[in-house]
Amino acid sequence: MNGLRPDLAAIAAHVREGARVLDVGCGDGALMAALRDQKGIDARGMELDATNVANAVTRGLAVVQGDADTDLADYPDNSFDYAILSQTLQTTRRPDLVLDQLLRIGKQAFVSFPNFAQWKIRFAHMFGGRMPVTKQLPHRWYDTPNIHHVTIDDFKSFVKERGYTIEGEWYLTGEKQRGAAMANLLAEHAVFLLRR
Amino acid sequence: MAQNMGEDGRFGLDRRTKLLGPVRLDSGVQFAPVEFAYETYGELNGDKSNAILICHALTGDQYVASTHPRTGKPGWWTRLVGEGKPVDPARHCIICINVLGSCMGSSGPASFDPGTGEPYAMEFPVITIADMVRAQAILLDHLGIERLACVIGGSMGGMQALTWASLFPDRVQSAIVIASTARHSAQNIAFHEVGRQAIMADPHWQGGNYYGSVDQPDAGLAVARMAAHITYLSEEGLTQKFGRQLQDRETKTFGFDADFQVESYLRHQGLSFVERFDANSYLYITRAMDYYDLAEEHGGALAKAFQGTRTRFCLVSFDSDWLYPTIESKRVVQALNAAGAAASFVELSSPFGHDAFLLEAPEMNRIVDGFLKAGGL
Repeated sequence: MNGLRPDLAAIAAHVREGARVLDVGCGDGALMAALRDQKGIDARGMELDATNVANAVTRGLAVVQGDADTDLADYPDNSFDYAILSQTLQTTRRPDLVLDQLLRIGKQAFVSFPNFAQWKIRFAHMFGGRMPVTKQLPHRWYDTPNIHHVTIDDFKSFVKERGYTIEGEWYLTGEKQRGAAMANLLAEHAVFLLRR
Repeated sequence: MAQNMGEDGRFGLDRRTKLLGPVRLDSGVQFAPVEFAYETYGELNGDKSNAILICHALTGDQYVASTHPRTGKPGWWTRLVGEGKPVDPARHCIICINVLGSCMGSSGPASFDPGTGEPYAMEFPVITIADMVRAQAILLDHLGIERLACVIGGSMGGMQALTWASLFPDRVQSAIVIASTARHSAQNIAFHEVGRQAIMADPHWQGGNYYGSVDQPDAGLAVARMAAHITYLSEEGLTQKFGRQLQDRETKTFGFDADFQVESYLRHQGLSFVERFDANSYLYITRAMDYYDLAEEHGGALAKAFQGTRTRFCLVSFDSDWLYPTIESKRVVQALNAAGAAASFVELSSPFGHDAFLLEAPEMNRIVDGFLKAGGL
């Protein structure tokens, strides 16, 4: 899965061949195209930005313009093996409800997000006294699309509360995967595989 | 190897043919014989895998990319269809057929009823969008085209494209549906009823028997067109183009001349329309659109119209289109998702309202081009 963003590569590596996949917030369809070309998967996508949708369509992908917060209700129960939400959870108005939708539509769900408890962010906050602006989260407080920052520990306890099961977890720093030890402090990104 | 179609009289510009049919109409009538006026551009390839059907809108015609014989104007969709365009006769065999009920050569109320030797007028059977599609299928059989690589239509053309995919899923590889809907809303029907009443209130309409008469229902038809034309534009577009500007005068006249530019424009639209369109055809085609609800025969479940389909779909809407607004395209997409169909959808931004699909729309062209090429076309 060369050239894919690291969290997408982690997801792509763990999707079963021939599975039915819905990529929510699919951008220009990079992951969908990789799944099609390398795993023979006829993925479907949803994306908010019209230009991204158009780019995905010109790659031959089936992508509809839509909003994860409102339009996931349009999909029937169990219509996909996997629903994927990469780096989009923290931009939704109601991440809890979006996650419920993912696990209604998909039998399993991949969710990836930037970890707001990573030490660089903690440092920036503690010593700078300002909202952190990092490579992973380059926006300032007033123009950020990331309106619901979340940490790995927050996410795990939320998943538990909701009664979902974690079937896989992968942690990333830069391009590299790292172990689960102290992930909440050390990992920049997390990828989870969940099921109902 | 492309087939040599130079000598095949079935293909080319301005074709006419009369086929035995019959078309089994939704009303129960078996309509026969059926006259067709159509055009083809480009050549059918050896395995007949490059046929693209373009479906026209309410007042459109088969002259999609060639000069209109009555108005002398260029084809109505030359921005999308033509050399170097997304739909290109160099690569595709493009077919455009005047719809059943229209007045540019296909069977319609102005055609001669072989039973009486007179124009059908109001004896022409009431038709539906599905009837138009069934008729087109008969012509494609005649052309030897079993499978369409794509059916493309905007507005009423989009209704036909959806109906094609629903009625003949095995004949339609992909469908592009632009600025369209899967049903006519109460508001859509209401505007059409205004148009029909304007025509029928014109004493020159004469119960539809005005053919051969000196008096034609031009005034009624012009008013119908004026009312409809407003629905094709947006408030922003009208304001941009006309605002409150006066027409060739410095001050208001305190009379009922076309003081405002927008009035003058609409009057012109109405008057030029009657030169090229038949009032009875306008009644029949608007009726067909009003009767259109693809979900109706599936117990209201639109998804069932596409159950098990293998057709690829691409839908495009425009944000300023209030005739067939984005929400209607999204309803179709929702149904396609529920049916498990491969569907793409995008809402494009334009100030031009419903008419945007006929105007310069580079992003629409890019999407159509990319969608066709991704399908190997």
